[in-house]
Amino acid sequence: MTEQRKAVALISGGLDSMLAARVIMDQGVHVEGLNFYTGFCVEGHTHAIRDRKGAAPKRNNALWVAEQLGIKLHIVDVIDEYKDVVLNPKHGYGAHLNPCLDCKIFMVNKALAWSFMAEHGFDFIVTGEVMGQRPKSQRKEALPLVARESGAEDRLLRPLCAKHLPETLPEREGWVNRDELYDFHGRNRKPQIELARRLGFEDWAQPAGGCCFLTNADYSNKLADLWKSQGERDYDLDDIMLLKVGRHLRPDPRFKLILGREEGENRYLEGYRRRFTALRPVSHRGPICLVDGVAEADDLTLAARVLARYSQGRDADRVQVSIERPGGVGEVVEVAPLPAHELPAAWHIG
Amino acid sequence: MSAPDSRLDALGLLCPLPVIRTQDRVRELAPGTGLEVLATDPGACHDIRAWCRVHGHTFLDDRECRDHACGTDQAHFHIRMRVSD
Repeated sequence: MTEQRKAVALISGGLDSMLAARVIMDQGVHVEGLNFYTGFCVEGHTHAIRDRKGAAPKRNNALWVAEQLGIKLHIVDVIDEYKDVVLNPKHGYGAHLNPCLDCKIFMVNKALAWSFMAEHGFDFIVTGEVMGQRPKSQRKEALPLVARESGAEDRLLRPLCAKHLPETLPEREGWVNRDELYDFHGRNRKPQIELARRLGFEDWAQPAGGCCFLTNADYSNKLADLWKSQGERDYDLDDIMLLKVGRHLRPDPRFKLILGREEGENRYLEGYRRRFTALRPVSHRGPICLVDGVAEADDLTLAARVLARYSQGRDADRVQVSIERPGGVGEVVEVAPLPAHELPAAWHIG
Repeated sequence: MSAPDSRLDALGLLCPLPVIRTQDRVRELAPGTGLEVLATDPGACHDIRAWCRVHGHTFLDDRECRDHACGTDQAHFHIRMRVSD
């Protein structure tokens, strides 16, 4: 009896990686999934932030895919190591602050290290890449580069576009039959959808703009603003989480305001009131506002006026606002809501 | 309700970090061990339940709690599971 080979599949939670894993499973290979959490993933935390009322319970798509496939999924926290990818991408950024090519190299390299650990003992790595589908990381020239620079070389198999690429080790060794792999190419999604239907899948996640916040222009603008305001390109997990939440306004280089846009965001921002000065309308209903940076008394008055503008008291003459400093010391001020014409569009970050 | 053999504090962590921490803890636990996870993110209940299904562990239950003695002034969840044999 021949030995059953083992592959680890990078699972993002999207359609392509689900299909790639399934195609290899169907050839009798034992497949387990690997999912990396970078801190910029659209998956996950946004469920906690979003307003719960009326929203369907959100699932973790990578876990959901694993369940559909009937495979184990290992989720790996790479938040700290990923910083170097974001801050110093050797191959540069895409349209925004998305280091897609370096990211793919990083992930395949991590998968290689993980899968060839003695306790895991995998034979090769599977990804859902499709040649020409993405402008940076899936260009024709990029695919061999990822294999080379990640160190995976010919142990990296892309079942959805393998026929456009040189034979890999699992194909050469006969662990996988090349004839049953695919030649998908370009941005057209029809072949994937046809394959999904043929394999019996009726549901899959289609995250708009991919699975990473760094491909989002607004998010990248907020990250660039963060780096500019702190005078260095660096971040911690709270920084990049907060960029996903609320309306960000910077009236002054020294500080910015973060205002919740709905109940879920307000609840999430409440969790940061020990780290930032927090303002809340008292006389009217309205969001919480965090002050990030160095703000003097006049600045806090301005912050209160901005907050009043986004409260239900926007048309009132005066709105009472509580100001609570991180130590818990608070005061209540009464301000006139800032009129629209005194709130420059340039204050909005994103 | 009997006390869990092991307890994991995932308070304040957003998904998928609670499930990642659960996965890492379970790796250190013996088969049959009971684990209770405390989390503020309601998504953790769903994710840990799914993760248990995928890995063959037994998901016992989850319940919402507002007891400050658990170490947070926010509403949070007690999620109980048992490591598979």
